[in-house]
Amino acid sequence: MELSIQNISHNYGNIEVLKDINLEINEGQIVCLIGPSGCGKSTLLRLLGGLEKPMNGKVMQMGEPPKDSLNPLTYIFQDFALLPWRSVYNNIALVLEDHKLQKKEIDKIISNVLKRTELTNFAHALPKQLSGGMKQRVAIARALSVSPAIMLMDEPLSALDSQTRELLMDDLISLWEREKFTAVYVTHNLAEAVRLGHKIVVLSRRPGTIKKIVEIDIDLKDRKNHILELNKKQNDLWELMKDEALIADKELINA
Amino acid sequence: MPNKYQKEVPFRGGGFTPKPIMYIGPIVFIFLIGFLEWGTTTGWISDLTLPKPSGVFQVFIELHNSGLLYKHLIPSLTRLIVGSFMGVTLGIGIGLLIGLFNLVRAGLLPVVAALFPVPKIALLPLFVIWFGIDEGSKYALIALGTFTPTVVATYAAIDNVDRNFIRMGQSFGLTWISIVRKIVLPGALPGILSGLRISLAIGIILLVAAEMLGATYGIGAYVLEAGSLYDLERLFAGVTILSIIGVIINWFVGVVERKLLKWRT
Repeated sequence: MELSIQNISHNYGNIEVLKDINLEINEGQIVCLIGPSGCGKSTLLRLLGGLEKPMNGKVMQMGEPPKDSLNPLTYIFQDFALLPWRSVYNNIALVLEDHKLQKKEIDKIISNVLKRTELTNFAHALPKQLSGGMKQRVAIARALSVSPAIMLMDEPLSALDSQTRELLMDDLISLWEREKFTAVYVTHNLAEAVRLGHKIVVLSRRPGTIKKIVEIDIDLKDRKNHILELNKKQNDLWELMKDEALIADKELINA
Repeated sequence: MPNKYQKEVPFRGGGFTPKPIMYIGPIVFIFLIGFLEWGTTTGWISDLTLPKPSGVFQVFIELHNSGLLYKHLIPSLTRLIVGSFMGVTLGIGIGLLIGLFNLVRAGLLPVVAALFPVPKIALLPLFVIWFGIDEGSKYALIALGTFTPTVVATYAAIDNVDRNFIRMGQSFGLTWISIVRKIVLPGALPGILSGLRISLAIGIILLVAAEMLGATYGIGAYVLEAGSLYDLERLFAGVTILSIIGVIINWFVGVVERKLLKWRT
């Protein structure tokens, strides 16, 4: 399954957030959305998964999702969005309970995803007992449990400290190597973008338009061996954004 | 160059961290009661000002032995339980509807706001006509008194549920009823329970008021009778019972909170 973004424009009241966005999300690729703060990248992500309705244009789902996919478009949130009153196990069960699965099947899916994210020993812990990195792992396990066709990740590593971020980035890379999932990955961190993105979409400041699309052909697991090349890409991206980031920084919010 | 002047950096942090200290509460109580006992026995406090604590205790024993205690306590507790059960259940129900549906909110919020500041005791004569002089009017008064704070606490608690949780639920395709049952309700529970503390305290106040205005038996009637005879020992015995009921209710809500809200940090 792929997504095709066709002529999307979006306003909040008088403020134009996105303008004439056209973009294809191809299967098996991670597409990173970057741009200065307030450029509408998170809004675009919400439009992609149907959490918000675009004013103009449409998001088309191209091709049928796989038969076993319970929730084809699945989000991973910056703040994890784990229910504090449910254990790790029950937080994952929450998103399976509405799918007419038998208890045994739910149990099987959960132990499977917990194993894939190395969380088996934490099944009965409450979110308050987990570190930020563990919480995001639980959120990733929850997302995997519904077998998504496309993962929509909204700054998934931004709430974590830099060491945890490195660890989770490695986890995401090995996960992608195993499962070749499709993802749209919003971030403001250029280092994350060049490490994880097959395609990096640079948005301009408000109203967000696509400024440039950069493709990186290096294999994800190989990227650690091409640090110079990646650094150069990262610097190029920063040059592209710098002036606008400066202006965006000095802008009044909601002005 | 070595500097001769040296001193330890003075400590200036600490404090402002509430911590439980055991036994202090009971000690203060014992000290207060002991002081009153001493004052009343020596005549330093006249027996027209305050009763002797031992005398109040004596009244308790007499009340217990004669069975009169239960004759007053049981109707009072029944009224409190039935009345506040009706008020709290209805309050949570209406509060949920206000919290979940904009139409209900627009329609009922002004009504609740108009009802909230009305001293419910003023409506007792009306309730006597509507529901009869017996138990009905007392149930209604307590129910109405506990209803309004419960409604306000419930819808405010629902408004405060983290919207990100709800977006998460929607993004995973949860049904509306699942979102309400598994995300909104548990998320609103802390607010609903702290509202319950206030509602039940108001319930006790209205119970006494209702019993003072028309009841043969009940703690309120007992206190009123003692007051009009200026029998301070019996008056204080009645007031102590009310205070104990309040403390027990508060403790009970605390137990429920600890049990249901273990997940809180």
